[in-house]
Order: sequence, then structure tokens, then C-alpha cells
Amino acid sequence: MMRLMKRILAAGVIAGVSGLQAIAAGQDLADWTAVEKAASGQTVYFNAWGGSENINAYLEWVGAEMQARYGVNVVQVKLDDTASAVAKVIAEKSAGKDEGGSVDLIWINGENFASMKKQGLLLAPGWATSLPNWRYVDIENQPTILTDFTEPTEGLESPWGGAKMVFFYDKARTDAAALPDNAAQLLDWAKKNPGRFSYPAPPDFVGSSFLKQVLSEVIDDPAKLAKPLKEETFERDVEPLFAYLDQLHPVAWRSAKTFPQNYPDMKQKLADGELDIIFAFNPSEGSAGIKAGELPDTVRSFTFSGGTLGNTHFVAIPYNANAREGALLTANFLISPEAQLRKQDPVSWGDPTVLAMSKLPEPDRAAFAALDLGVATLAPDELGPVIAEPHSSWMERIEVEWRRRYASGN
Amino acid sequence: MTALLPRSVVVLTLGLLLLPITFGLFGTLLPAFGFFPALGGHALSLDPFRELLATPGLPTAVVLSVATGLGATVISLGVTLIFVASYAGTPTLSRLQHLLSPLLAVPHAAAAFGFAFLIAPSGFLIRLVAPLVGIDRPPDVLIPHDPMGLTMIAGLVIKETPFLFLVTLAALPQVDLPAARRLAASFGYGRIAGFVYLLWPALYRQMRFAVYAVIAYSSSVVDVALILGPNLPGTLATRLVQWMNDADLSARLLASAGAVLQLAVTLGVLLAWFGLERLFAILLRVSRETGRRFVRDRFPRLASILVVGLIGAAVFAGLAVLAMWSLAGLWQFPDLLPQSFTLRSWMNALPRVADPLVTTLVTGFASTLLAVLLAVGCLVRENQTGRTGGEKALLMLYLPLIVPQVTFVFGLQLLFIGSGSEQRLAALVLVHLVFVLPYVFLSLADPWRALDRRYEIIATGLGRSRFAVLVSIRLPMLVRPILTAAAVGFAVSVGQYLPTLLIGEGRLSTITTEAVALASGNNRRVIGVYALLQTILPFLAFALAVLLPAVLHRNRRDMRV
Repeated sequence: MMRLMKRILAAGVIAGVSGLQAIAAGQDLADWTAVEKAASGQTVYFNAWGGSENINAYLEWVGAEMQARYGVNVVQVKLDDTASAVAKVIAEKSAGKDEGGSVDLIWINGENFASMKKQGLLLAPGWATSLPNWRYVDIENQPTILTDFTEPTEGLESPWGGAKMVFFYDKARTDAAALPDNAAQLLDWAKKNPGRFSYPAPPDFVGSSFLKQVLSEVIDDPAKLAKPLKEETFERDVEPLFAYLDQLHPVAWRSAKTFPQNYPDMKQKLADGELDIIFAFNPSEGSAGIKAGELPDTVRSFTFSGGTLGNTHFVAIPYNANAREGALLTANFLISPEAQLRKQDPVSWGDPTVLAMSKLPEPDRAAFAALDLGVATLAPDELGPVIAEPHSSWMERIEVEWRRRYASGN
Repeated sequence: MTALLPRSVVVLTLGLLLLPITFGLFGTLLPAFGFFPALGGHALSLDPFRELLATPGLPTAVVLSVATGLGATVISLGVTLIFVASYAGTPTLSRLQHLLSPLLAVPHAAAAFGFAFLIAPSGFLIRLVAPLVGIDRPPDVLIPHDPMGLTMIAGLVIKETPFLFLVTLAALPQVDLPAARRLAASFGYGRIAGFVYLLWPALYRQMRFAVYAVIAYSSSVVDVALILGPNLPGTLATRLVQWMNDADLSARLLASAGAVLQLAVTLGVLLAWFGLERLFAILLRVSRETGRRFVRDRFPRLASILVVGLIGAAVFAGLAVLAMWSLAGLWQFPDLLPQSFTLRSWMNALPRVADPLVTTLVTGFASTLLAVLLAVGCLVRENQTGRTGGEKALLMLYLPLIVPQVTFVFGLQLLFIGSGSEQRLAALVLVHLVFVLPYVFLSLADPWRALDRRYEIIATGLGRSRFAVLVSIRLPMLVRPILTAAAVGFAVSVGQYLPTLLIGEGRLSTITTEAVALASGNNRRVIGVYALLQTILPFLAFALAVLLPAVLHRNRRDMRV
């Protein structure tokens, strides 16, 4: 009871501070018990990428917990591309379906967030910062929590996990001393080891990230990437990127006549010995792969000393969500210390937390410290600097340009 | 009353087959010409087609669809023809029939996965020879997904050849094989030549709709193309599905225009096939009239049995490799066997499989039950009127299999969304029914028609009503073929990918949609689990179809088979 009172009090204070009185359908976030009551019995359709078994398993655990604690039924709608959930909401808006929409919660960031924000497809701003568990969130040290791909989040989406680009190799097969330390060296390495490096074709998220990493390193002025692209200089700005790819492709896996599907596909290819260097957006993917018996225990990871891309991924609620309260409750649960701890555990997912250790109660802090990250995971201080994501306008154009050059079959 | 009921069953059946296709085609055509109110398109225009034609790589996609459609059909039918011509009437044929029939129950996607696991550069076949030729790293060769679609054609051939083979066998009793064999042999013709000259034209006439279905399927398939086909760019059908799922909703207009193009492409391939039919007929006539006897046909005969054997082996070996991957711990190249076996993939998957499994079962049972009821109703009506409906009825039955799925299921999806209905499961069952019904009817019709009608005449003579005769005599006697037809229908439902994907909209997933979705992650262990589940379900249905009659008839000696 005491805890509940505290929670209500905390929520009330936060809501008061942020000046948020109510959200769309008149649901008062300050009255969290009312949210919990309204949520009970709701079914939350959580639209989330479904291509990874451990993530799906994690979401099932979330579903079971939500059911047991709050009587909320969380159903994962497995997407192969988040864009299709965005499309669904757009379709509903154009059909005038402003209530009872089919998407309640979306796993989102970057372009998709920017596009939904621009078109007013998200639940009124401020809800995320009013969640009771927001008090644990690490807004001080993780700037990407408040700015998603240069787009201010404005409480329109709630952080869910961190991401950083990390490379993996098998030390039994690949000489650790010859590993590249930046994009240019990676190209040299690929030339010396033809057919052993590739990247997933965009619009795959990890593949697009690789393009952004290279662009950040080869563009004449990286500061340009923090702003929307300029039409007049776009061609010239991205020329070094495509010059890089033009050199990489002839020596890439299958001569770049086809590309790996996504990260799990690259992981299989590392195990098969088809690829020698792969990368992921999650530092503990290698250790998780070893634990799951998918990768040999000789796999290790590295990053670039000059920095690699990093960002945060979020959950957002569409403006017309049917189970709004259930979605709020789920978003809040996702940033609870318990859910975040399980998420960072490589056994279940291994995704870096968005919570600040300093804000956590002592037992939770200890539990995080006790996590075994595995042999293939670099310690947080070995991960190197973070390169910020470019403004989302860049990626959209680059993907189109990429398709035009490499995937039109001409 | 009993007369009225079957008549309305016929009307209902035709409606359930033809209306979805008609409405679906309209639902595709209107947006293709720019009419899609939800997106603000109220006026007809050619813009979607202009946009379609401006799509980079479109010619490649079209050529790929045509090539895979024609290639897979020519090879499958050629192999079937030469094999049946060589071995019809011999014990070899009946032995292989028992081996190949189960292949029909293997869903396309599962067969394609197994095939991919065999032939990939890190696949099982190369591991077999790797130690001998000193390969320790997978070669950098582009299969599957080769740009010419050869892997995809091969994948289609291993699934379509058994189908055409069994269709040919079903038609074979309609021709007088022994007499023709004797005649051809006494005039000194080779086995193959004699069969092709004397029997093939009549045989082909019986099975040509099945061949058209193979053509239409091969030129518009999505799941096999995703697993084995080229992907940079893919075939037309796979690109349609991408556009349909594009975040930019206006891409749906493009997708609809593309679906119309897909229809044109499939019609084009069919027309090309008609041309090939003519050409073959002329060649056959010329060859016959010039008296060429092709006496020495040992080589093609042996080659055909080799190819058929390879096809069977490829599917079974593929399934075996799938099974092994589903149980594998770490399994690195070039090891022939995994370092360890574990049940983890199954333990992880099974709880997650529950929902898709229930949807698969419910949809399969419901659509099969409806299909069996409708088919029985139509056949009862046929008995009453004595009319089979002939060619026209047969064409209507094959229509859902010949019109490419992508072209009308798109339209159905748009109509379904537009209707605002929440009855997704009912819609899914109805869409499956469109594809299940033809197969159920086709497999039930022959045994139904073959049953000696004198049993019923006697019973009617003894004063039993038609209904009582149906329930107490005909249906019990036909319980086996009915259950077999139901198993075929269930297998067809389990294998449906595209209709489930589009109508289910991600809310309703089946084992098949899960398997293909997981394929994008290329986690071989998980794919192995799902593809095996996908295969086990139809096999269970067929096993039930064999076991149930045995149990039902355990105290009736003469009904045992």
C-alpha cells in the first residue's frame, strides 16, 4: 500500500512538473491506479519486429508478466519491417478510424518515429516522461534517449533499450592483429579477404546502420549529418560513401550480387565460415550466440577506436490505439528495473539498459552488476565513443539511392 | 427437399469459388487504375501503371517470372512424360508411386527449405564431398538466390514433378495401355515413342488443367521465390508483396497495378504454353508420319528414372537435414554432423508455436470440412441429374488454381480492410476454402463416380429414401476416399502462404507464415522446427485417413482394404 501511495505521488509530481494534465481520451496519467484499472482486461497488440527468437521469447515473458500482474493481455504482432505497422496506422487515419485502431504499441525509432511524429500519428506528447518508472531513466548520460536520430522525442516515445554497433569475428579463424579499426581499414581487410565480408541490404536496419557508419567516417564534414540533408549538396556529400561501396562490392560476399538478409543471417554465416567479420547493433549478440550454441566459443568482438554508431530504441503508442491504458502500462513495465535487467541478460536478450544505475535502488544495482555478459562482450568502457545517428532525412534518400544503384537489376 | 438441397449446394459451391475471384480481381483492378477512396483516389487514372513501368528492374522481374514459370513446367512435365512413357504398366512405376505420393503432402515452403539446406555452399551436399576434395571453407558461389532463378526452378521441379506424375497416373486408366503397348511393340516402336504417339494426346487432354495450374503457380509463387529465388531484384510476385507491405500506402496502388501485370504475365506464359502445345503436336505428327520409331531409348528411360529418383531423394534428404538442424547444437562447416544434439530449439519453439498451430488447425479443419460437405453435395447432385458438368465445370474448379493468387488475394485483402469487418478468422477460412475445395473435389470425384450404383438402386428398390441410402450405403463405402480427400484438403490449407499472410494481416499467423517469416532470419534451427511441423501436420492427416477406416471397419471384413 505504501509503495502504491509513493508511486501515485511520484507520478503526480512528474505529471505536475511536466505540465501534463491529461492525454488524448481524457485519461489522466497522474492517476496511475485509474490507468491500471482501465487497462485490466485489455488486449495490447504490440507491433514488434519478429525475426529474432530470443526477442520473441522476451516479449512472451513480458506478456506473461503483464497478464499475471495487471490482467493485460499482450500479443506480439510479428513484423518483418516496422514500416508496415506505420502503414497500418496511416491507413486507419486515412480511413477515418480515429479510435479503436489495430496497433496499440510499436517498437520504433529513427525514420519511422520521425514520420509518425510529423504526421501526428502518435499519442499526445509527454506521456512517456510521465510514466512512473521514468524516474529511473538515464537521461543524463544517454542523449539519444531524448533525441532520436536528431528528432526530439518530446515524451512521444518511451525508451526501451540501447544499441551500439559492434563487430564480431572468430579468433580461431581470423587474425586478431589484422582487424580493422575504421571503415577505411575494413575496406582494405575486405580486399585482402575477398568474399568474407558483407552487410545486409537496406532497408534492413543493421544494413542501413552500416551505410551510416561509413558515411559518418567518409563525409567531408560530419556536422552536416546532424541537420536535414541539403538537396543542392546531397550528391556530393554521399559520393564518398558510394565510392567506398563501389570498391567494397567486388570483394564482398558473393560479389554483392546478393546480400545477407539481416543480422541473424550474418550470424549463421559467421558460424558457417562464409563470413569472417560481421556486426550487430547489440554488444552482447556474440555471447548470446555462443550460449545458444549458434556460434563457436572462439567468437570475440571489437569496435572502432574512432567510434561506432549508437542509438536508443523506443516504444510508441499510436494516437488511435485501442488499448491505450494497457499500452501505457506495458511501456511502463518495459522500463522497470526488473524488465530491463532481464533484457540486458545475454541469456534472454543482452540489450544494454536505458536505466541509470545511480538512480536504481541498491538491490537492483547489484543485480545489474552481477550479470555475466559473456566472453564475447566488451565491457562498457571498451565499447569506444558513440557516433550519433544522422538526421533521418539522410537515410531515406540514401536507401533510395542505394536501391537505384545496386538493386534494380540493371 | 433432398433434391433442392444439393442443387443449392452446387450454386453455393460455384459462388464460393467464383465470387472471391471476381471480387478479388475487381478489388485489384480498381486501385490499379487509381480508384482507392481510402487514399483519396476517386478518379480513374493510369498513374499507377506509369509508376509501375518506371520501376527500375521491372523487365528483369517479368523475365524471371516468365522463365521460372515456363522452365519449371517444361522440365516437370518432360520428366513426368518420359518417365511414365518408359515405365507405365511396370512394377517400377507402382513402386515409385508409393514413394512419390507422400511428397505431395510436403508443403512447398518446407521442401524449398530442405532443398536450400542441401545445396547451399555451406549445405549438406558439399559437406559430403568437402573432406575428399579438401574444401574447408564454403565456396563463394551464389546459390540459392542465383540471379537467373535456376535454384528456384529446381526447387519448383522437385515439388511439381510428383504432382504431375500423380495426375498422370490418375488419368492413365482412361486409356488402353496394354493394347497400345502391344501395338507399338509389334510395329517396332520404342517404348517411349509408342506411348507418346498412341496415348499421350488423349492423356494430356485429361490433365491439361493441372498443367495450367502448375504454370500459373510457378510464374506467380511467393514463398518458394523468397526462399530460393533471386532477390536483387526478386521475381515480380515477391516485389508485389513488398509493395503491398510498404510503409508508403500509395505503394498499394503500385502493387495493384503490379498485380494486374502479374495476371498479364501469367496469361502470357499460358499463351506461350499453348504455342508450345501446338509446336509439340506438330513435331509429334511430323515425327509419326515420317515413321520415326526411336527404338533405342534406353538412355532417356534410364535418365528419367534417375531424375525421378533424385527428385524423391532431394525432398526426403532435405527433410532429414531439416530435422537434423532442428536438433543441432553447434554445427560448423564442414562437419557432417552437429557437435552436439539438443532439444532446445524445440523446447523454445513449442510454447510459441501454440497460437499459430491452433490457427493452422482451426482454419484447416474448418475449410476442409466445408469443402468436403460442398463436394459431397455437388457429387450427390451429379448422381441425381446424371450430368457431370464436363469440361466447363472442371475449368471452374481449376480457376482458383490458374488465376495467380497474388492478383485476386490482394483485391480481397483491400475489400476486407475496406469492409471494416473484424471477422478475420472467418475470412481466412473462406479464402482457404477457395483453394482447398478444388483439390478436395478433384480427389473425391473419381472414387465417387466409380462406386457401383447398383448398391443404391437395390436399396432404393427396397424402399429406402435417397437420404437414407446416402448415409447408410454410399458414405460408409466411400469413407476412405472421403478421408483421403479431406487429408489432401487439409494439406493444401496448411501450405497456404500468401492468402494467410494477406488476409490474416499478421494477426492470424499459421505455421507456414511463421516459417517463411522466420526464414528472413535464416536461423536454421528454428526454420528446421517450423518446416518440420509444417510437414508433420499433413502427414498426420494422411495417417488418420488410413487409420480411421481401418478402425471404423474393424468388424466388417469385406470393407477392410
